[in-house]
Amino acid sequence: MTAPSHRSTTGNTALAPAPAPAPGSATAPPALLVRDLRISDLAQDREIVHGVSFTLTPGRTVGIVGESGSGKTLTCRAALGILPDHFAVTGGSVEIAGTDVAGLTTRRWTALRGSTISAVFQDPASYLNPSIPVGAQLAEVVRVKLGLRRRAARAQAVELLRAVRLRDAEVVARQYPHELSGGMLQRVLIAAAVAAEPRVLIADEATTALDVTVQAEILDLLADLRERTGLALVVVSHDLAVVAQLCDEVLVMRQGEVVEQGPTRTVLHAPRHAYTRLLISEHESYGLEKFLTPKETAR
Amino acid sequence: MSAEQPPAPPAEARTAPRPVLEVTGLEVRYGRRRPPVLRGVSLDVGPGETLGLIGETGSGKSTFARAVLGLVPAAAGSVVIDGEETRGHSRRQWRRLRRSGVVQYVFQDPLRSLDPDRTVAESLTEPLLVQGVTAAEAAERARAFLDQVRLSAELLDRLPGELSGGQRQRVAVARALVTEPRLVILDEPVSALDSANRVQVLEILKDLRARGTALVLISHDLGSVVGVADRTAVLYQGELVESGPSADVVNRPRHAYTRLLVSSAPTLHGARTDRAGREALRAQLTDLSH
Repeated sequence: MTAPSHRSTTGNTALAPAPAPAPGSATAPPALLVRDLRISDLAQDREIVHGVSFTLTPGRTVGIVGESGSGKTLTCRAALGILPDHFAVTGGSVEIAGTDVAGLTTRRWTALRGSTISAVFQDPASYLNPSIPVGAQLAEVVRVKLGLRRRAARAQAVELLRAVRLRDAEVVARQYPHELSGGMLQRVLIAAAVAAEPRVLIADEATTALDVTVQAEILDLLADLRERTGLALVVVSHDLAVVAQLCDEVLVMRQGEVVEQGPTRTVLHAPRHAYTRLLISEHESYGLEKFLTPKETAR
Repeated sequence: MSAEQPPAPPAEARTAPRPVLEVTGLEVRYGRRRPPVLRGVSLDVGPGETLGLIGETGSGKSTFARAVLGLVPAAAGSVVIDGEETRGHSRRQWRRLRRSGVVQYVFQDPLRSLDPDRTVAESLTEPLLVQGVTAAEAAERARAFLDQVRLSAELLDRLPGELSGGQRQRVAVARALVTEPRLVILDEPVSALDSANRVQVLEILKDLRARGTALVLISHDLGSVVGVADRTAVLYQGELVESGPSADVVNRPRHAYTRLLVSSAPTLHGARTDRAGREALRAQLTDLSH
C-alpha cells in the first residue's frame, strides 16, 4: 500500500537516486518510529517537549505544525541526533529504520545521518560555503557518503542536480551560492540531502522563506521524490496548509505538547483542539478558502 | 499579452466617490540604463476600500509602495493621493504630504516603523504633535487608538523592545492610524506574525474599512491577504497582470501567472490544481518570458 507509484514524469528521463530498496515490504521496520519522546533543557532542568509519538513508514509523510517555541524543531533535532548544547532526550525513544538511537556513538550517528536520515532547513544559503561552486560542494558530499572517486562524484553531483529538476544542471554546478535564487539553493540542499538515498528526509520550515510559487515547486519536488524513491518525509511548518498539501498524518504542537494528532483529513474536518480550530479559521476567514466554491473544496 | 483590466473610466464619469489613490501609467527606474522596475502600472483605491497587491520577489511591489510614498521618484506616470497630483513634487512637497498624515505606512518589521528609543506613547503622539495637535489631546487620542488595536493602555510607557512582535506590529498600525489618514500602505504587515497575531491584525484592518480609510495591502502571499481585500491586483515582473474583485481573481484568474499563484497557494483542501497543472503553467510562463 505504501509502494511508490512510478508514474512517468514529464519528459525528464535523467533520474538520480536509484529507487530505494523495496519500500513498504511487509517485514520492514518503520523508517522512523518516535515513541513518547521527551526533551529537556538540562541547564534549566525543565522539560521542553512533553511526549511526541508517531510512526513513519516508507513513502509516507508526517507533518508537524506549530509556531516557534512549540518544540517541533527540537523534535526533529532529536531524531537527527543534533540537539543543541544542554538539551537531551529525557524520555521515550527514537528508532531509525529499526535502530534505537539511544546511546549511539558520534561515529554511528555520523554514519546514520545522510545515509539513513537527512534534513533540509529554512535558510539554505547558510549551509553552503559561499566561495565554492555548488557542484563541487555536492560532489564532496557524494565522495564522502558514497565513497566515489572524484570524477565519478562530480558526474553524480550533476545527476543529482538534474534529479531535483534544476534546469541546466551543468551550468548550475559551476555556479557559486550567491548566483542562485533561494529556491535553487534549496534544491541544491535537497540534492545533497538525498545524495546517499536516505530512508527519511526531514524538511523543517524548508519552504518558509520562499515565494509561494517557489514553495509549491519545492513541495512538488518532495512529493515527486517520495513517489520515485519511497522516501519517507517529515514536513515541519508553521502553516497548517503547507502540511495539508503533503501529509498523511498531522501533529499539531504547542508549547511542547502535541495538542492534536491524526490523519490530515480528520484533523482538518473535525479539529478537536481550540488551537487547531484557530489555525483553520485563519485560513477560512482570511485566505483563499474564503472564495473556494464547495465543489472545489470537496476533495 | 497582459491580461490587465481595461483602463478605468475617467473619475468624473463615475458615480462612485473619487478614489483616494489614483495611480496611472507609473514607471520607476533605478538608473537610466537599467530596465524599469515598474512599467505602466495603473490602479486606484476608493475610500473604505482594501486593495490587495500581490507580488513575489522581483515583482516591484516594494518599489510601488516607495513610489506612492514619494520615497523613489517616478520616471513616468502619475500618483494622485486624495486629489493631490504629486507629479513633479519636490522632496519638500513630498515630506509635507507625508507629514500631513493623509498617507501612512506600515512595514513588515515594526522595528522599522517604530523608533526604538521612544515609548509607545511618544511614538503615537509624535505624528499628532507634528500636525499641531495639543499635547493633552494627542495623549488622549493615542490612548484611544491603542484601545482600537486591542492593546492595553499599560503599554504606553513601554519601549518597542519591551513588546512582543504582535504587540509591536499593532502599535505600528495604531501609529499609522492616529492621524486618521485617508490612505494606509501596508507592506507585508502580517508575514512575520504568528497565527493569533495575524488574525488580530487582519481584524483591525477590516475595522478600518468602516472608517473609510483606503488600504493597500502588499504581500508576496495571495493566501495571506486575499480574504480581507475587496479587490486584488497582481504584479509580475514590474507589470500589473491582473486586477479584479478578489473572488474573481481566485476563482477565475486570467493571466497564467495568476493561475500559477492561485494553484501554488497552499490551502487546507489540498492544491487546487495538480502538479502536472502547475508544471504546465510554469512552462507557459517560461515561454512568455523568452
